Parts: sequence; structure tokens; C-alpha cells
Amino acid sequence: MRVWADFTLEQDDAGQSVLALSGPLTVSSIGVVDRALRESDAAIARIDLSQVAEIDTVGAWTVWRLLRDHDAQLTGASDQAERLIAAVSKSSGDGHTAAPRLPLVARTFQGVGHLVSGWGQGSIHITSFLGAVLVGLWGIIRTPARMRWLAVVRQAELVGISALGIIGLMSFLVGIVIAQQGAVQLEQFGAEMLTVNLTGRIALRELGVLMTAIMVAGRSGSSFAAQIGTMKLTEEIDAMRTIGVSPVEALVIPRILAAVVMMPLLGFYAALAAIVGGAFISSFTLGIPFMTFLLRVQEVVPIHDVWVGLVKAPFFGLIIAMAGCYQGMQVKANAEEVGLRTTMAVVQAIFMVIVLDAFFAVFFTEVGWG
Amino acid sequence: MSEELEEIREDVADAAHNRMPGPFRGEFPIVVEGVRNAFGESVIHEGLSLKVRRGEIIGVVGGSGTGKSVLMRSIIGLQVPTEGRVEVLGEDITAARGDEDIDIRSRWGVLFQGGALFSTLTVAENVEVPLREFYPEISDELRREIARFKVVLSGLPEDAANKYPAELSGGMKKRAGLARALALDPELLFLDEPTAGLDPIGAAAFDALTRELQDTLGLTVFLITHDLDTLHEICDRVAVIADKRVIAVDTIDNLLKLDHPWIQEYFNGPRGRAAHVAQQRIVRTDKTMDKSAKAGD
Repeated sequence: MRVWADFTLEQDDAGQSVLALSGPLTVSSIGVVDRALRESDAAIARIDLSQVAEIDTVGAWTVWRLLRDHDAQLTGASDQAERLIAAVSKSSGDGHTAAPRLPLVARTFQGVGHLVSGWGQGSIHITSFLGAVLVGLWGIIRTPARMRWLAVVRQAELVGISALGIIGLMSFLVGIVIAQQGAVQLEQFGAEMLTVNLTGRIALRELGVLMTAIMVAGRSGSSFAAQIGTMKLTEEIDAMRTIGVSPVEALVIPRILAAVVMMPLLGFYAALAAIVGGAFISSFTLGIPFMTFLLRVQEVVPIHDVWVGLVKAPFFGLIIAMAGCYQGMQVKANAEEVGLRTTMAVVQAIFMVIVLDAFFAVFFTEVGWG
Repeated sequence: MSEELEEIREDVADAAHNRMPGPFRGEFPIVVEGVRNAFGESVIHEGLSLKVRRGEIIGVVGGSGTGKSVLMRSIIGLQVPTEGRVEVLGEDITAARGDEDIDIRSRWGVLFQGGALFSTLTVAENVEVPLREFYPEISDELRREIARFKVVLSGLPEDAANKYPAELSGGMKKRAGLARALALDPELLFLDEPTAGLDPIGAAAFDALTRELQDTLGLTVFLITHDLDTLHEICDRVAVIADKRVIAVDTIDNLLKLDHPWIQEYFNGPRGRAAHVAQQRIVRTDKTMDKSAKAGD
């Protein structure tokens, strides 16, 4: 059972009110007494500590606060109590522990202001980041020996090879869904053979690359941002600069290159997996033999559908890698920011990819690759 | 008043836990026996034993990579040794299953090398975290006041209390970390290289602060350091880690009499001698001052 501190408030012979504290006056026992004393508004002229068994800084602080607020005298204090009270009395103890906050109205304006100036600064930062990447690329083009091939290969492995399993499985399942759902609708018109056209064209033209982009943004875009952001916090980026290694050359360009190269490969692979998924489900529900489905795909899907998918992919890779690296580079101050920036990297990448995809859809239809 | 008190007590009793460990009265708050720590193939400690006396400042020295920090992590239960026993304040740490099992966490304070402050909280809020965790019955006002006076007690200016760790210098972060370590008025204080990276003035001030806190609060301090001045200045005894174990625990003067090559090199190297000479000079000046004071009488 816990022992709590206790107190009595009485009049002494001279008619002064005396607060006599008793029991241990420590951080673990003072909670109750402190609340009671804060609630009472009785005047205290003298504080008696002769009944106090032990005291720590929290006890000493409570006594000192009472002495100060009531302008009271202290009696019966042990040597230790007096030493502790002297030690804690250097602080006024007043004021807040949270960071200063403005009132609500001012804070609203401040928030809006921050948002607007953030937009302005953000666009400047993005432009200068783009510029830095271009300068870095130009430097590498002039002296190709500065290209960090090892880093590129390593990133290509992380972005591409290690994603094969999850992207393959995801696309296979998406292919199953498209074929199965498409067949249900097309059956009403007696056109279930068009399931092959639907699956083949949508997989190669849109879904393969788009789903891959979303998966790569989630897997690699986020890891770019978190990794570079943490390096920023631990001053690794600053260390690189002082050694004369450009962080853009060492970190950003290999990642961008890896994403740009791997995205078309992954996108094509995802489209194939989706077609296989479609063929797989069709052999069960539609009675189209597996191989027949695959051969039909070759006949009904125009070759420009493959090009449409493959042309978009590197742009998506570029956006994802740029968003990840840019947000990582913007991290400062604390660990929370790493999380925020990582979220922003993924959200921006996916959003930009979808916007760009819409542009491409219109563009390719207009140029006759509909 | 008793009724009033009883009412409040009932209010807070639900939130407060019922255990109230008394202060440790034994002789050795930290007992390490036959500890073995290994990471994969590399063995850090083999049969390491150490006893820390109550109320002393013990300095732990050893070359880089001899496992000073690992020893501290083993004592505070962050690293489970593969063999051996660690007893802190009479409780067996090595027998604990998981962090929750260690009851004495409210009775020690730890200062990590880099401060390890929570970066999304202000300094004072950092100090409030352990108070909130262990003593929910303490009122908000008192908790805030505690946080603020601990900040001042640790040698920071009062306005540092509501700054974020990112706004502080390295030395200030250490002090803020110390404030958090002291939040619960612990009996045991663990300091991992508290003066590393501080300027000599700051380091000396930190040493004086540690000594003063130890004096006023009666702490037992476990101090890992490379700072020879700190060792000479404030440590009651020094434990030397070499050859995967503690080879000696004694005062520096007695350690110097030992014939171990590492100890000789450590304390009798150019830096060691300088610190020793400085210390001797201080002692001598003190004596002279005593004499002149007496002569003045």
C-alpha cells in the first residue's frame, strides 16, 4: 500500500495558522496533499516540517511554493530539506511547458499565411531541386566517370527485382477481377469473347503501368523520402557536402535513374501478369482454353497499346523518384517531419501520376493510337 | 481537513498505482555477476562482475568498443545478457520478462549519449513524460512546475523549457536529457558520456552539477566517460573494463599502483598525466589556502 503525505492546519499559541506536513514528502506521495492545498484558500503563516520523514526535490518545491505564495515562515526543516529548498528556489516555476501558442484568431491567420508562403517557397524549392538534378545530370554527362553505377544497380534491385513478387501477384489478381467482371457484363450481349480484348488492351494500355506506379510509389517513393530524410536529420547529407560528394549525384540521380529504367520493365511485366490472370480465370468460367486466350490477345491487341504503356512508364518513374527525393531533402528539425514528408511524397507521386496518365490518355487518342 | 483529503485521495486513487517501493537501504544498488554479452561471433563481455556502492559516483572507463554502453544497457534491462545476473536496487533485472516486468524503472534516471529527447515535445514536456507515466495523480499545475524547476536544476535557462530539442545546442540537449533523467527524483542515475562534446567550461560545469546533485539528492551515479578530468574531479571510484571484464574497481590513486598495461597507458599517458597534475595542483592550492586562512586567523 502506498503511503501518502498528510497535513494539518491549526492555530498555534500566538494565533498564527500553522501548516504541519507529515509523512514522506516525495514525488510518489505528494500528489494528494498538493491537490488539497491548491484547493484550500486558508492563509498560512508558518510551515512546520518536523514531522516529515523524507523529502525530495518535488517535496521541497511544494514547500517552497507555499512559502512564496503565502509569505510564510519555515520551521523544523532538516538540513537536507533546507538544501533542497535552496536548490529548487532558483526556478520561478511559472509559465507554460508547451511551446508558445498564439490565440485562435491570430493562429488562423498565421496558418493561412504559412500555407500561402509555403506554396510560394515550395515552388521555388521544387524549381531549384529540378535545377540541381539537371546540373547534376549535365555534370555526369560531361564526365561519365562520375556516374555511380553501383548505386544505380543497387537501387534498381530495390525498386525492381525485390518488387517482382508483390507486383506480379497484385497484377495477376487485378487481371482475374477484370476478366471475371468484364465477362459478367459482356455475357449479356453474347460477347464474352471480347473479354480477351478487354483484358489485353486495358492491361497493356492502362492498368499494368498505373498499378505498378502506385505500388512503386508506395514501396520505393516512400523509402526514398524516409531514407534521405533520416540522413538529413543525422547530418549525413551535410557530411557528404563537406567531403565534396554532391548529394544529388550520390543519392538522387541513382534513384531517379533506377526508377526510370525499372518502371517500364515492371509495367510490362505487370501487364503480362494481368493477362495471365485473365486467361487463368477465363479457362474456368468462360471455357476459353488458357493458350487460346493468350493467342487471341496477340490478334486483338494492337501493338501501339504496348507502346502507350511503355512510353508512359518512365515518366511515372521519374515523378515518383523526384517526389520521394525532393521530400526527403526537405526534412528538417525532427522525426515527425520524416513521417509527414514520406506521406507527402507518396500522396504527391500517386496524384501526379494519375494526372499525367489522364493527359497521356487524351494525347494518345488524339495522335491516333486510340 | 482529513475528510477533504480523503475525498481527493479517492479521486486520484484509481489513476495511481498502488505500489510504493521504499528507498533502497542495501549496500549495493547495482550488482552485476558473471555477465556474458555477445553479438553473433564477437564476445563483448565474459564473466563480467561489478558491485556499485550506495551513494557513490562510479566512473566506468575502457577503450572504445570494450562495451561500456553495452554494460549500461545490460544493467537497465535494454540488453539481455546471455549469461549471468544483474540486480538493481535488489531486483533481478535479468529475470524480467519484457519491459513491463521491471518495477524499478521509476527509481532510475538515464541520460543517453545524444540526449535521446523526444523531438516532437518541448524540453519541459519531455520532463513531464515520466511524471505522467508513473504519477498520474499529480495535478497538472504541479507537474508543470516540477518540469520547469528540473530544467533550471539541470543548469538550463528558464526560457529553454518550452523550446524544442531541435532549437538547442548539443550541450543544452545533454542538460535537457539530464532534466528528464532527474524527473522522478531517482535513486540511481546513469550517465553515458555526459561531458563528451562539451567545451571545457561546460564540461566542468556539468561535473560540478553532477557532484552537487549527488550531494543534495544522495544519488548513486553510474557514469561512463572518457573524460579524465571528470574521473579525477568527481568519481569516488573508477571501474576499468578490459579483456571483456572489469579488471579493477578502485580510486584512481590505487589504480595507478596496479601493473596493468592499459591502466598505466590510460592514466599515465600525456592526457592522463595532465589531468592528474591539474588535480594535484588544485588539492595543493586548497591546502595552501587553508594554511593562509589559518595564518590569517
